[in-house]
Amino acid sequence: MTIAIAALQRRRWHRGLWPYIARRLLAGAALLLVLSSLIFLGTALLPGDAASALLGRSATPAALAELREKLGLDQPLITRYLTWLSAFVQGDLGNSLMNGRAVSDSIAARLGNTLFLAGFAASIVIPLSIFLGLFSVRYRDSVIDRTITFVTRGLVALPEFFVGYLLIYALSISLGWFSSSSTVFPGMSLSSRVVATVLPCLTLVIAITGHVTTMVRACVLDVLSRPYIEMAVLKGVPHGTIVWRHALANALSPIINVVLINLAYLVAGVVVVEVVFVYPGMGQFMVDSVFNRDIPVVQASALLFAAIYIGLNLCADVLAVLANPRLGFTS
Amino acid sequence: MTTSLLEIRNLTVRAHGNPAAPLLVSDVSLRVERGTVLGLIGESGAGKSTIGLAALGYARAGTSITSGSVRFDGIDLFQESESYRRALRGQRIAYVAQSATASFNPAFRLLDQIIESSLRVNRLDRGAAQERALTLLDVMGLDARTIAMRFPHEVSGGQLQRAMTVMALCARPDLIIFDEPTTALDVTTQQDVLKAIQHAIELQSTAAIYISHDLALVSQVADRIHVLRHGCTVEEAPTIDLVTRPSTPYTRALLEAGVHETTVGHRDAHVALELQGITAGYQTGSAIVRDVSLAIGRGETLALVGESGSGKSTLGRVVNGLLRPRTGRILFDGRELAPSIHNRPLADRRAIQTVHQTPDTSLNPRHRIEEIVGRPLAIYENLGRQQRKDRVGALLEQVELSPSLARRFPAELSGGQKQRVAIARAIAARPQILICDEPTSALDTLVARDVLALLMRLQAENSIGCLFITHDLNIVRSIASRTAVLRHGQIVRAGYTSEVLAPPFDDYTGKLVAAVPTLPRVDPEPALTLKWNAG
Repeated sequence: MTIAIAALQRRRWHRGLWPYIARRLLAGAALLLVLSSLIFLGTALLPGDAASALLGRSATPAALAELREKLGLDQPLITRYLTWLSAFVQGDLGNSLMNGRAVSDSIAARLGNTLFLAGFAASIVIPLSIFLGLFSVRYRDSVIDRTITFVTRGLVALPEFFVGYLLIYALSISLGWFSSSSTVFPGMSLSSRVVATVLPCLTLVIAITGHVTTMVRACVLDVLSRPYIEMAVLKGVPHGTIVWRHALANALSPIINVVLINLAYLVAGVVVVEVVFVYPGMGQFMVDSVFNRDIPVVQASALLFAAIYIGLNLCADVLAVLANPRLGFTS
Repeated sequence: MTTSLLEIRNLTVRAHGNPAAPLLVSDVSLRVERGTVLGLIGESGAGKSTIGLAALGYARAGTSITSGSVRFDGIDLFQESESYRRALRGQRIAYVAQSATASFNPAFRLLDQIIESSLRVNRLDRGAAQERALTLLDVMGLDARTIAMRFPHEVSGGQLQRAMTVMALCARPDLIIFDEPTTALDVTTQQDVLKAIQHAIELQSTAAIYISHDLALVSQVADRIHVLRHGCTVEEAPTIDLVTRPSTPYTRALLEAGVHETTVGHRDAHVALELQGITAGYQTGSAIVRDVSLAIGRGETLALVGESGSGKSTLGRVVNGLLRPRTGRILFDGRELAPSIHNRPLADRRAIQTVHQTPDTSLNPRHRIEEIVGRPLAIYENLGRQQRKDRVGALLEQVELSPSLARRFPAELSGGQKQRVAIARAIAARPQILICDEPTSALDTLVARDVLALLMRLQAENSIGCLFITHDLNIVRSIASRTAVLRHGQIVRAGYTSEVLAPPFDDYTGKLVAAVPTLPRVDPEPALTLKWNAG
């Protein structure tokens, strides 16, 4: 009987959840479409175009016109946009203007590197900040709590490039433990890859942990002030169980949200860190491409970043809904 | 001599911080014997909950027990370690909180929360605990198998309150502290829950402390009653003695506050406000009130009664123009009012004023009293600063407050004073119709009585028509010449109060009238029996 009820509840739950995800995916796709036009317009507004960048200052007007025609740059903006978009949707991201290779191939290698670094950092940040957050809740208003708050907030306030150079100075130049530039290449073993990326990873951890820790602490403290927590105390539930089970379950939704937004940042916001450590990731790639007016690469990477942001936000919302029975997918 | 189950001796509890603040509990002693129920009565701030929590060996953050002892079954709770006390809680002493809605963890199913205490020290294995929980839910008159698997938000307040009682009973405790378990419920639900609680207590012969501000209610369950005021004991006596022969003036006042004399006769007056076929609801969903027609005479009080969710307040919002009705007309002095307040001219807005249920939310906490009361004067009468100040002073005197309160903020006033300010604000506009939406239900008994008397005096002096929304039939009897009973948004009975609240009843009104807990008249002669007296 009990099992039958549980099964019924699960069925009801799915009926509500899938349409919700489908709605959100559709909205995400629409948002991407709008963003793609903004990105296209933005790159079109950049001073100078690919033809002048390719040919350099000494190009004759005739040569420029010829190349523009070859690249399709003489077409009206809307035509170029639609051509680009339809190719994009079919998986053809175009070719790099610099070396003529398929953009998708270059991006795939770079994206892999960025995801590796982001994953590495996240695997440290998430457990560390949840632990620190709960630890400061447990010893609320004590020296431990104050120290954690002070240190994490202080580190958040430091700019990333500064932290990066500080780490290079301390761990690379003075102590000589790690190399100051994070060189990775295909076919590298996992262990040497980890060693190579320790410094950028540490920089990211320092930049993000403070933010997530503060949120975890605030969310759990907020939940701990609710009447059902006092009720749990009066039911004789031990303190650890109250924090880990009763409080964390209710603080999960906001925590998931802040964690995933920081994950999005790890993927799409690490440009500065990649530049400091000369790490061959997406951010560095995009900066180089902007510098070279390699428009197809800039467009593809910008859209990719947007897609990652939207996708992770969707994940955050779906997970938050699953973590909260009140948001309506259980009744 | 056998030891009492619970013995509190000379308990004194103090709040941290301000040493000048009055004690929360001062030198209170009481006993609870096995299998008996002690009623703990008092107004807010009397220290009832503090004592209830102390019985669990618990003091809220910011409070500490400065002297006295709490002995449970001979064990001095505050001499033991926290882990020892924790082991007792939920096992041998259980707690039922006032708001079940807030006290259940929203993330877990009810069943898991109900059996949590029973599992902890392996008194029962999971299967046996679940079985017991389901049996108890059944005893409490709930559809056990459905309710158990629900999340708290999927269950009504009355059902949750019963589930919480089951949660307390599940581990077979020796003592249960009920902290105003029915206060947040509707009158009719209140009576059902109370009976269920009584039934369950008797079945297990559990001892209990029943905390409440409602003497009539407590006298139905308690064997003895302990009256508290400002943290001090007023008196304690067996229930029957206390309600028939109170030995202190305070208890006598409490008893008399619950008995309202019928003072209102029939009166036919010129119609001031008339609603014709009002149907209204919010943007989506079905209508909240359906086809309601009623009229209020000049200077007359019309009571609108019904349970929560019956559409009383929604109707009030239609009258003052905050909610546009879907169909129907509102006539004021014979001419039609604009449905939305935005389209009403200033004079019409001025004529209809409202006093809300909770002054805490209806008074802006960042405004001083003089701004709050002076606002209508500025809007409707365009008074200058000095004139406004004088009028505010006069208005405060009219509501029996000192004009010196004008410079204060709402947070610096008591609940009763705040409601008086809200009344002053309403009458500042010199209205012809006053909508009173449960104006006294958030107040303590004696304070409520005085505020009500004030309202009636002002109404009579200024001949204001009053739409009085309430669920309290005692109040209705004493103030309203006519009454309309609302159920599911429709008027099921209306007419002169004396006729509406007298037999023969329709089913619903009968249920409402029967649900009002009544006390025997305070009488020098003893030998009166109480309804449902557990003793």
